[in-house]
Amino acid sequence: MQTGDDTLEKVVRQATVEIRNAEGLHMRPAMQFVDVANQFNCDITVSNSENMVDGKSIMQMSMLAATCGTRLQIKAEGQDAEKAIDALRELVEEKMFDEPPPKQSKR
Amino acid sequence: MKFADFFCFEAIIAELQATDRDGVIEELVTSLDKAKRLKRGRRDEIIKAVITRENEASTGMGKGIALPHVKHTGVKDVVATMGQSSIGIDFSALDKQPVFSVILLIAPADAPDKHLQAMETIFRYLQRERFRKFLRQAQTPEQIEDLLREADENPSLL
Repeated sequence: MQTGDDTLEKVVRQATVEIRNAEGLHMRPAMQFVDVANQFNCDITVSNSENMVDGKSIMQMSMLAATCGTRLQIKAEGQDAEKAIDALRELVEEKMFDEPPPKQSKR
Repeated sequence: MKFADFFCFEAIIAELQATDRDGVIEELVTSLDKAKRLKRGRRDEIIKAVITRENEASTGMGKGIALPHVKHTGVKDVVATMGQSSIGIDFSALDKQPVFSVILLIAPADAPDKHLQAMETIFRYLQRERFRKFLRQAQTPEQIEDLLREADENPSLL
């Protein structure tokens, strides 16, 4: 489905984010993501190279199994799409789900 | 990752005896211990760690499923098993409903990527209504094993 129809003025925003915490998108970060996503009315989908899932479903988000360094495409459709994308990008890339990044020189 | 790569079929419990969350966790960890999938003498520590993790945030994700898990040095490799309860267990699930299928996952402390891959396999199927229905209908450990092996062989059928 393309969004060629401008009469409804559908807002679509997309962003690519990178998982930066060492442990990746395990269950707790996935829950944080879903919690933030659910604060918005817009539809949110998240995809990696293989799957596209509902950003508001914990089971589907867990299925992405995004490891540290994985890039995810977030797409938001709806009136508050821009705010949603900003909040999710902040959670993933800046707050890093309140988790540490990988240790640089372990050995 | 396939179920056969990390799932301990031998430790599956078709009808859990325990009726509360912590009891179920203990029963499943013990079952993995009996199947020799934990390092010796680490059982109690692992039970405690899984319960501690569960207290931080429930892994009851709704639709009758819970996935208690922990990263722990008491295992050499990622290992999972599961148990089912026909009466339903209170896991303080997100949807506040009882849990009928409990999957326990234990991963080594230093392998976050493998942990994620095992999760991916588990959720790929658990989010399918058909799969959950088949799971609930399974009466024996063998039937559960067959279902998981079927998922490995013919993912599109489930």
